[in-house]
Amino acid sequence: MKEEVFISGRNIPHIDPHLAIWEFPISLYLFLGGLSAGILLFSAFTHLLNKDEELKGAAKWAPLIVPFALAIGLFALIIDLGNPLYSWKLYTTIRLESPMSWGAWVLLIVTPLSILWIFSDLRKLFPKLNYTKLPFLFKVEDFCLKYKKQMALALIPLTIILGIYTGILLSAFNARPLWNNAILGPLFLVSGLSTAAATIILFAKSAQERHLFSKIDVLLIVIELGLIIHLIMGYYAGNEMQVEAVKILVGGDLTTLFFGFFVALGLLLPLVLEVFELMGYKVPVVVPAILIIVSGLIFRVLMVEAGQITRILY
Amino acid sequence: MVIDTLKCVGCSDCVVACQTENDVPTGYCRDWVTESVNGTYPEVDIELRSERCNHCDNAPCVRTCPTEASHIIEGGIVLVDRDLCIGCGACIESCPYDARYRHPDLGIVDKCTFCVHRVKKGQDPACVSVCPTNCMYFGDLDDSNSKVAQLLAERKYKVLAKEAGTSPNVYYLI
Repeated sequence: MKEEVFISGRNIPHIDPHLAIWEFPISLYLFLGGLSAGILLFSAFTHLLNKDEELKGAAKWAPLIVPFALAIGLFALIIDLGNPLYSWKLYTTIRLESPMSWGAWVLLIVTPLSILWIFSDLRKLFPKLNYTKLPFLFKVEDFCLKYKKQMALALIPLTIILGIYTGILLSAFNARPLWNNAILGPLFLVSGLSTAAATIILFAKSAQERHLFSKIDVLLIVIELGLIIHLIMGYYAGNEMQVEAVKILVGGDLTTLFFGFFVALGLLLPLVLEVFELMGYKVPVVVPAILIIVSGLIFRVLMVEAGQITRILY
Repeated sequence: MVIDTLKCVGCSDCVVACQTENDVPTGYCRDWVTESVNGTYPEVDIELRSERCNHCDNAPCVRTCPTEASHIIEGGIVLVDRDLCIGCGACIESCPYDARYRHPDLGIVDKCTFCVHRVKKGQDPACVSVCPTNCMYFGDLDDSNSKVAQLLAERKYKVLAKEAGTSPNVYYLI
């Protein structure tokens, strides 16, 4: 038997008995970051494949929410800092070893691009706007239209980096065994793409587009399930700390949330519903789409909290 | 820093000295004492350890800091530049020893500095200087004539969470 206690009465707020430095705002930011990255990636591909007219939801409607999602995410991130007014210091240096540093830089590029991306569709989105009074908007739109292909080409790598960064941000900490799993980056990317596909289904204007993104989503969910199996296997094949850490998800306090709400209600049920829908059964597509989006948020809340409970044993 | 677990009695004087010397906010501490009990009665082994930031050579806090606030100064002490720290918490998450905390008033991240202000004057850190059993030693490990280097040459020792790969610089004599 081994037992360790702090006999000097250590009880630091947010550190003891286990870390709680990063809370809901960080989970929300990781969720919105992944969602935004996914929507922009699909939108950029739609444009490059010349499908803007057929896939209106992906091309112009879903991207409308991206600047707002990123703004809320960034706001959540900044209020969670100890020194919010000094957040600009992130941009005084580039540290490639620190995922938070390069993530902040990628966000600095993607956020304005997401706004310019909407501007390129301004007249299609708001045909009733009186543009004669706002000649400036014309100019911005013309500029954005002119460079739309270049923007799309830039967005593809940038959004993939943004999506994967939301996972790497956590997996880079070897002091938290539950986070320290290399599959977390790809898993967060795929999960973000899946929530993005679900959002585009909600915005889709035609049955054809809904079906296409349902198919994409089915594929993404299957990949995600595979990555989750990989993740769990990784813990069991890991060292003592990881074997200990995974107990929180398998048989521990967060088992119901992880397997019940995330895996069963958030992945398997929507997967079955979407497959049924594709087979021709009448399923309201809103149901699987919302399940996927909500479970994406639950997954991030869960991983952020659970990871901080696990630690290196010595 | 070298700490003799066989001489430590767990009085927590080091903790109080640090809080006083460094104006540590109430309810917080930069060092603490852990009692590690191994085995069951009557075969019991108790180890007392005064723990703090390990001032690692391969410090994960320095690696994950996005603003270069966490840095290593000449001589190996890991410090936080209060003017650069934005309080993001990445270093807190990255520390295997949970040695860092967010300062409740300043928002920046704070931790043991090995009393760098005293060390620069040639004094020992506050915790070392008050220890009633003289179980703590501070010095330059690169200097083979120093007390710390000699102790590590003569005695059996361990470091905490060696497997984290951080190359910690607080050694425990066992």
